[in-house]
Amino acid sequence: MYFDAATATPLHPAAREALLGALDDGWADPGKLYTQARRARLLLDAARDTFAQVLGVRPDEVTFTGSGTTAAHAAVLGGLAGRRRAGAALVRSAIEHSAVLHAGERHVRAGGTEAEVPVDRLGRVDLDAWARAVSAPGVALASLISASHEVGTVQPVAAAAAACRDCGVPLYVDAAQSLGRMPVPDGWSLLSGSARKWGGPPGVGLLVVRKGTRWVSPYPADDRESGRFPGAPDLPAIIAAAASLHAVHETAAQEGKRLSELVDRVRTTVAATVPDVEIVGDPVDRLPHVVTFSCLYVDGEALLTALDRRGFAVSSGSACTSSTLQPSHVLAAMGVLTHGNIRLSLHRDSTAEQVDRFLAELPGIVTALRAEVGM
Amino acid sequence: MKADTPVDVLDCLGQRCPLPVIALAKRLPTMPVGAVVRVLADDPAAAVDIPAWCRMRAQEYLGAVSVDGSPAFDVRRLT
Repeated sequence: MYFDAATATPLHPAAREALLGALDDGWADPGKLYTQARRARLLLDAARDTFAQVLGVRPDEVTFTGSGTTAAHAAVLGGLAGRRRAGAALVRSAIEHSAVLHAGERHVRAGGTEAEVPVDRLGRVDLDAWARAVSAPGVALASLISASHEVGTVQPVAAAAAACRDCGVPLYVDAAQSLGRMPVPDGWSLLSGSARKWGGPPGVGLLVVRKGTRWVSPYPADDRESGRFPGAPDLPAIIAAAASLHAVHETAAQEGKRLSELVDRVRTTVAATVPDVEIVGDPVDRLPHVVTFSCLYVDGEALLTALDRRGFAVSSGSACTSSTLQPSHVLAAMGVLTHGNIRLSLHRDSTAEQVDRFLAELPGIVTALRAEVGM
Repeated sequence: MKADTPVDVLDCLGQRCPLPVIALAKRLPTMPVGAVVRVLADDPAAAVDIPAWCRMRAQEYLGAVSVDGSPAFDVRRLT
């Protein structure tokens, strides 16, 4: 039972079909001037048109990158480079994806500055602090995740964008968890996404640079993707990503409702059946498919291992499950318990039966792990 | 003796979370209501999890201090 869609979603059937077809037709370099290349170019253009249509942007604003992570790097570093004359400060929320944090660290090492805007206990950015931060002198770019990838809380993107607009600061929105599931409000200048989050193949990232945005490529010069991202694009994977985005976009409302009801069931049942548990994130204004909770006195790694042994694949923000042994910066910023942490993220193959089985087995697993430490 | 002076110190240095929180949860109920315990813990999660535990269990988190260069956290038993 796979409950880690927020990391990677199983390949959507539409993506699989498109990928297999594209392996035969999409291998040539779309930049060349012969028949095979023209066919590849047509396929790439069609994929770009699909993305533009779903996102409500112009096709020439859409760039394909090698992953969601590289798209986030390109958005942050390119957005900062394009506004170098306006200043050297990056404003970001405390709960951005690590890709944004790492891009910010590089910016600071290169002499730039960074201002972190806190979140409340539910994981929602403090809008007053945000407005103060973006109105400070010398802000080049502001970065806000559309909805927390760890706890699901939807961010006030429209209000944050309005604050940015008032100060003439471009806003970058990391929409990796929202695309294909829920709409992203307007008002941003840069946006990124990751195909494997919506049932596309891994290795396809999306960068959208709106017209009029000052953005300078952080990479050595390359003429692919209008000079925005270097290297030959993985055309078959991009075609598959477009097919799956189109497919999930069509069914997003009803699928979101179904998954959201399952998430409600998890939130209610875990709170009722597991003592000393903290269910985190906004219970209502949240992603439809993500639910996160922490169990007191339980080692996160032991919990993951016990669940895996019973066939449940979940994710954790606990320190012992990370390579750095640091607790999740998102949970820490919210001030909520970081140990014994579990994130379930559901997808189109997730069923009520699977969720119920998880809910039936979890209390016993937690009780056993607590007993091992005398609690 | 000042009211906030710890009457007991739990040395959890070198222990990974959730062990410092477990040690605190076991010790606090053995102390009188109003007493303060100090937890020495250098696991990075302790700085978040000890205040979170206090909030969940309705105990009072008094704050972090540095003891001989190591992080320490003071908690008062309320209930």
